[in-house]
Amino acid sequence: MMAEQIMSSGFDPNCVRKVVSVAAPQSIAWQVFTQQMGTWWPLAMYKIGKANAVDAIIEPRVGGRWYERGDDGSTCDWGRVLAWEPHARLVLSWDITADWQYDPGLNTEIEVRFIAEGDARTRVELEHRKLDRYGDRRDEMRTIFDKTGDWGQLLAAFAQMAATRAKKAG
Amino acid sequence: MINAERVLDALGDRTRRRIFVRLRNRACYAGDLARGMRVTRSAVSQHLQVLRAAGLVAVRAEGTRRLYRVDTRGVKTLRRWLDGFWEETLGAFKEAAEEAASRVRKP
Repeated sequence: MMAEQIMSSGFDPNCVRKVVSVAAPQSIAWQVFTQQMGTWWPLAMYKIGKANAVDAIIEPRVGGRWYERGDDGSTCDWGRVLAWEPHARLVLSWDITADWQYDPGLNTEIEVRFIAEGDARTRVELEHRKLDRYGDRRDEMRTIFDKTGDWGQLLAAFAQMAATRAKKAG
Repeated sequence: MINAERVLDALGDRTRRRIFVRLRNRACYAGDLARGMRVTRSAVSQHLQVLRAAGLVAVRAEGTRRLYRVDTRGVKTLRRWLDGFWEETLGAFKEAAEEAASRVRKP
């Protein structure tokens, strides 16, 4: 809800675009995104390992790993660093399949741009692209990555499901 | 994903929805919750357990009694799940970056 879609770029079924305006200087926005990911990434929901994930780490160089670390010390790769341009631009590969397994051959791409808007505000643009790599599961994955606008529909579907279940139970 | 589905499952039961709505109005003891509902006390306890597992209800021991109240984490999980992957993730990032920035401003 906080992020808005970039409408001007037109619809591309293989790409999800988001923009968020952050009340933080560009350097801090970059730092929090790239070096403190474990403090904000919703690890309880979005992780792939068997262990409880306690951190998400991006190795700060092109070719570096992007991975989660579990509370048992195990790690699970998510992707690789494709571009590392401090404070301004980051490109990562997202190599997690539609079944939430790591596959180094998947290669969907996430580009994050940090654009300073004065000293205290940063516009963060995120593009998750090459979703065609999901093949016939592209639309399913697109929906997961970009559900904006489906709010009402989903709630209606939920209300209906709940009512049906209640009827069955009652 | 699993967590949000657990919330949906928990609220997909009419009795549990009624319990949740009652707790949303005010915190309650288990015994008081059973009153006025056509279910046994032990059934209410079981429903409370499901709601707790979904992060919708929290409990606090007060002597021998247990006081139940709404836990907002479950609702938050559901709301974020409905928002979608990147909405949720970027929203969480925005909060963290703004908190970091305010720490720098006010050391």
